[in-house]
Amino acid sequence: MSVKIKDMPDIDYVLPGSAACAGCPSAIALRIVGKALGENAIMVMTPSCAVASIGLLPKSCYSIPVLNICFASAGASGGGLTLALDALYEKGRLQGEKPTVFTWIGDGGTYDIGLQGISAAAERNDDFIHFCYNNEAYSNTGVQRSGATPLHAVTTTTPLGKEVARKNVPLLMLEHRIPYMATASLAYPLDLYRKVEKAKSVKGFKYIEILSPCSPGWKFAASDTVELSKRAVKSGSWLLWEAEYGKLTLNNPTRLLAEGKTQPIPVEEYLKDQGRYARLLKHPQKEEYLAAIEAEIRRELTFMADRAKL
Amino acid sequence: MKRILDTGNAACALAVKAAKVDMVAAYPITPQTSVAEKLAAYIAEGEMDAKYLPVESEHSVMSAVSAAAAAGARTFTATSSQGLLYMHEILHYAAGGRLSLVMANVNRAICAPWCLYVDHQDAVSQRDTGWIQLFAATTQEIYDSVILAYKVTEEINIPVMVNYDGFLLSHSMMPFEIVDQEIIDGFLPPFSPAWRLHPQWGGTFGNVTPSDQYPPYRNSLAADIVKAGEIIEKNAREYQRLTGHWHGGLFDIYRPEGAEVFLLSMGSMAAEMELAVDILREEGVPAAGLRLRVFRPFPARELCRILPGGARLLVFDRNHAFGTGSGALLSEAKAALFDRKDVIKVTGQVMGLGGEDLPAAYLVQKAREMMGVLK
Amino acid sequence: MRDSCVNPLSRPVKGAGGPTGSWRTSRPVLDGRKCNNCLLCWLYCPEGSISKEDRAIDYDFCKGCGVCAAECPQKAISMVKEEV
Repeated sequence: MSVKIKDMPDIDYVLPGSAACAGCPSAIALRIVGKALGENAIMVMTPSCAVASIGLLPKSCYSIPVLNICFASAGASGGGLTLALDALYEKGRLQGEKPTVFTWIGDGGTYDIGLQGISAAAERNDDFIHFCYNNEAYSNTGVQRSGATPLHAVTTTTPLGKEVARKNVPLLMLEHRIPYMATASLAYPLDLYRKVEKAKSVKGFKYIEILSPCSPGWKFAASDTVELSKRAVKSGSWLLWEAEYGKLTLNNPTRLLAEGKTQPIPVEEYLKDQGRYARLLKHPQKEEYLAAIEAEIRRELTFMADRAKL
Repeated sequence: MKRILDTGNAACALAVKAAKVDMVAAYPITPQTSVAEKLAAYIAEGEMDAKYLPVESEHSVMSAVSAAAAAGARTFTATSSQGLLYMHEILHYAAGGRLSLVMANVNRAICAPWCLYVDHQDAVSQRDTGWIQLFAATTQEIYDSVILAYKVTEEINIPVMVNYDGFLLSHSMMPFEIVDQEIIDGFLPPFSPAWRLHPQWGGTFGNVTPSDQYPPYRNSLAADIVKAGEIIEKNAREYQRLTGHWHGGLFDIYRPEGAEVFLLSMGSMAAEMELAVDILREEGVPAAGLRLRVFRPFPARELCRILPGGARLLVFDRNHAFGTGSGALLSEAKAALFDRKDVIKVTGQVMGLGGEDLPAAYLVQKAREMMGVLK
Repeated sequence: MRDSCVNPLSRPVKGAGGPTGSWRTSRPVLDGRKCNNCLLCWLYCPEGSISKEDRAIDYDFCKGCGVCAAECPQKAISMVKEEV
């Protein structure tokens, strides 16, 4: 049942020569998403790297129709657009197949300023897919901390490292008990593709969050975007799972970690090539801090394994 | 045509139904609520073929209808006071993006301190968002203005706000005439914009714009909204031809014959103003009532045309233009008249804030005070 | 379909961010003999500048990020420093 890369269509949402940084995870993710969603789609964006990547009017790097609206607007604009299309197709004022509506939003627009609207769209069960490409900071404006920035990470507004942990928006969405939601990683592109295809096939509100290691934001070599995505999953720092109406299923390799069948790689393997953790890794209490991070990873894996039994 | 007795909010909802709107999004706020409730009921009961989006805030209301309008849907929303203020960011977006939208704003005071009753501070605070702003003074005018607003916004790609006074108009029962559906359908054909947010049309809407490309968009909005005055008048005439309903062009003038003293106001205050004009006339003052129907674009040329040389203009503002010492209408009127060669004396006062009652006797007293200032 | 004269619209075009090939400090070079056609490079290229058909690289827009080289399971792509 699983798709092979060679079977993926040669559709590109992102045209060559975008204004995105070299190695941009949003561009990689959006290209894979586009292959799964196809050409009959409309994208809603709010201020983010993915908007800065477009290029300047009158040029655009995106091949599908795009609405660039304001920062807190994702949930409502996605919901308004899809409902308007329902009305226009039902009245016969537009003909053919209704396009897939999706929002392409960063963690700032999802975790912080846009959370209220997205939660409301989920509760209303508006028919669109909300994508969060989570690069764990306001990378577009120069890497300021967001609600998704993890503990200890240095950003331009947490110069000594973030003192509090990130919030867990995927879990919050899980308990909205929406028709479909998933987390995904660039390192598991077939898993991502399958999840997007699944989301496209389901009516109602869908949520997919893709961890998006950001080379300038996290301070690692641009070539390592996918490699860090892999280490995030293998260390248990980013968990792969999906859920239908709140029924949770863990996906491999996260499932094997949660069931204790494989062991996570040491979290230091994930953190060591990220400049944003350089302070932590030089800290006298480094071992203590790393042990605490790993304890938190184990706690979350246990929690998710138990939650999957419900 | 059918004559009924109902509230301003009911008239508004009936007009939205007659306009065959595709989608309604709303968030409740007093005194707007019964508009949203009636529309939700029409849609639920199948009386109206539209979708209803119960959003969680006014910021989301305007985000939702903007996206829907970009796709080519005819949309509606209504709000008041704080709700209008909360939309502010997206009001700019909708006008800048040249989206065709209609919204009713049931005028209410803004906080602090909290107050539920009418003044015009909410609408006046949105003056520079690029929206066309109409002000109605009767239930009939609310009904007709909503229909007219769709005609105007779809012709000129600038959103229109239909203002009417909270409680005084929104909740008072007044008789009004419902126009036959075939007449409305003839006046207002289905919305068919040149571009839609849809794969068949394509394009990226509103991305980042360099400095040499940005000014033309903003400047064309500035130029086109000035032209909206003519388009409003033209369509109001056409509507009059079809329905017989007429509320004035950009201004509604009461007893203009031989007038030298003009009492300028906006909204429902005009009814008492007519009584005040009658009293002043009986006293021998050559007074006339001048009710502004279109606050944005401000009909400066029309004001100059109406006022004879040597006229006195008394401005009754139901809002503050903070920092100017008076209200927005006074500032606007003074600016409009500045270029006239002959002398027109202008003064004004702020009154009626937070629903403060404005009976005719009080308006006469205020008019006398203002005439005293001009002596 | 004609554009509305008033809506702020942009049209999709290659090189919307400029001639991004000039950003490159090193270029990916594919050794066709090692390539097993797995297409990971095609899928992962953030620029979409590797052809699905023959893995030809569009150097006009390739930014030289090196994700293709890092992810190639056959190590068939090497990053070669650009000469100035």
